[in-house]
Amino acid sequence: MNPLERYAPLVDDPEAFRAACQRPLPSVVRVNTIKATADRVAAAFDAEGVGYEPIGWHDGLFALAERGPGTTWPYFHGWVHGQEEVSALPAVVLDPDPDDRVWDACAAPGSKTTQLSAQMGDQGLVVGNDSNLGRLSALRHNAERLGVTNLAVTNQDARNFSLKPFDFEAFDAALVDVPCSCEGTCRKNPTALEEWTIDHVRSVTGVQKSILSRAIQATKPGGTVVYSTCTFAPEENEAVVDHALQTEDCQVVSFDLPIDTAPGVTEWDGATFDSAVTDTHRIYPHLNDTGGFYCAKLEVTA
Amino acid sequence: MTDERRVPEDDRLAENVGQRFDRLPATPADRTVSGRASREEVIEWWVEQYGVDPAIFEGYSFWEKGAGKVWIYAEKEPSQALPSPIEIEALGMTFMRTRQRHWKPTTVAVQRFGQHAEKNVLVLEGAAAAAFARGEDIPYESWDGDWGYLVVAHELAGGLEPIGVGLYLYDELRSTVPKGRQESLADL
Repeated sequence: MNPLERYAPLVDDPEAFRAACQRPLPSVVRVNTIKATADRVAAAFDAEGVGYEPIGWHDGLFALAERGPGTTWPYFHGWVHGQEEVSALPAVVLDPDPDDRVWDACAAPGSKTTQLSAQMGDQGLVVGNDSNLGRLSALRHNAERLGVTNLAVTNQDARNFSLKPFDFEAFDAALVDVPCSCEGTCRKNPTALEEWTIDHVRSVTGVQKSILSRAIQATKPGGTVVYSTCTFAPEENEAVVDHALQTEDCQVVSFDLPIDTAPGVTEWDGATFDSAVTDTHRIYPHLNDTGGFYCAKLEVTA
Repeated sequence: MTDERRVPEDDRLAENVGQRFDRLPATPADRTVSGRASREEVIEWWVEQYGVDPAIFEGYSFWEKGAGKVWIYAEKEPSQALPSPIEIEALGMTFMRTRQRHWKPTTVAVQRFGQHAEKNVLVLEGAAAAAFARGEDIPYESWDGDWGYLVVAHELAGGLEPIGVGLYLYDELRSTVPKGRQESLADL
């Protein structure tokens, strides 16, 4: 089945939703402020004849006119990183301080990890973890090209992540950008729809809940945990947040995003969720002409 | 070559354990592991080779993992302090290769810190810069600086930007840009 039809009833304008999901997305890059400014990147693209448009809500995002970023000088120098517009949201929501210790539970290939590093001015500590050693090499390759020096990379199962290598007890904040069904990336990877199965949704939610729980436990009281996915499935979004609210010491924090969103849903497929999930955000492709995304912000309470 | 110093092996000291990160000793006198470069020697190498201001490395620590691979990590504030040794996959970025006759900076280290170089910077233009980024060796007779590992840079968007490390020998500039980072780019 086409999973988009499963979610069309959740959407304000199903026809616009379906149409947007079929349009390819432009290639977007994020300016890596560790190495360059947006002005200098723009000047380098001008010199190279690469067409680009700034993305309004973020002063370090450019949509490229014709091609992927890989064959441009700014990419070679690590001045930019290819990163879909909505994928830049979780780190903006997390908003770490330069002296924080931040855990990125599922870090590879590192777009959001390196964005956190840049937001922290390459200070503080980002622990980038991934369970998959092959994907970790992509994270390391990207982090080195981008010139990141505040990153420690670990290879653990995030569900029972151990802080033992480090000599501190808890993180100040955590980013939980979990493996998911990924239909939100269908404008870039149409295979995300072809490979979708309800069995995968059901099996991955357990992993998502466990990783989010571990992140809340590993974060100091008062600290922020951001949960994000690129799926529309409430099982992988609101249901996971609802599970955390029931089982861990945390609360949903309301936040604004600089783009149009829909509130999290409180009912799905016979299940009901804590009304606090209406303060989480669903981003459908037709709302801002982006990929699909989900983002929740939690505060650790004890 | 400009630098033939190396840290000799010393039987009285411990052997390197390659699978973990060990902080470099501050000075040669603090050395406890045979053949391990000290922080002082690493910084001195950059000062002598490239004329960088040693102050640029304040706030960074240096670590060894693997035989001779030195890593640089931002470690300025208490929140960044890490214990040594530490068994993790990666820490900061790979910075240079030691435990060999000629020490060599990594491409990514030169791309990050090479803009501070005051000497042994070879500037390429147009097609030559693009050829270097593709990994090609370039005939180059007019170099009057040192032989050895140079910072190779080009002019881009209002400033000099390091492309990578070039090995200059016998009228030829060899590109050491690793295969995985080589790219076909426009002639500017």
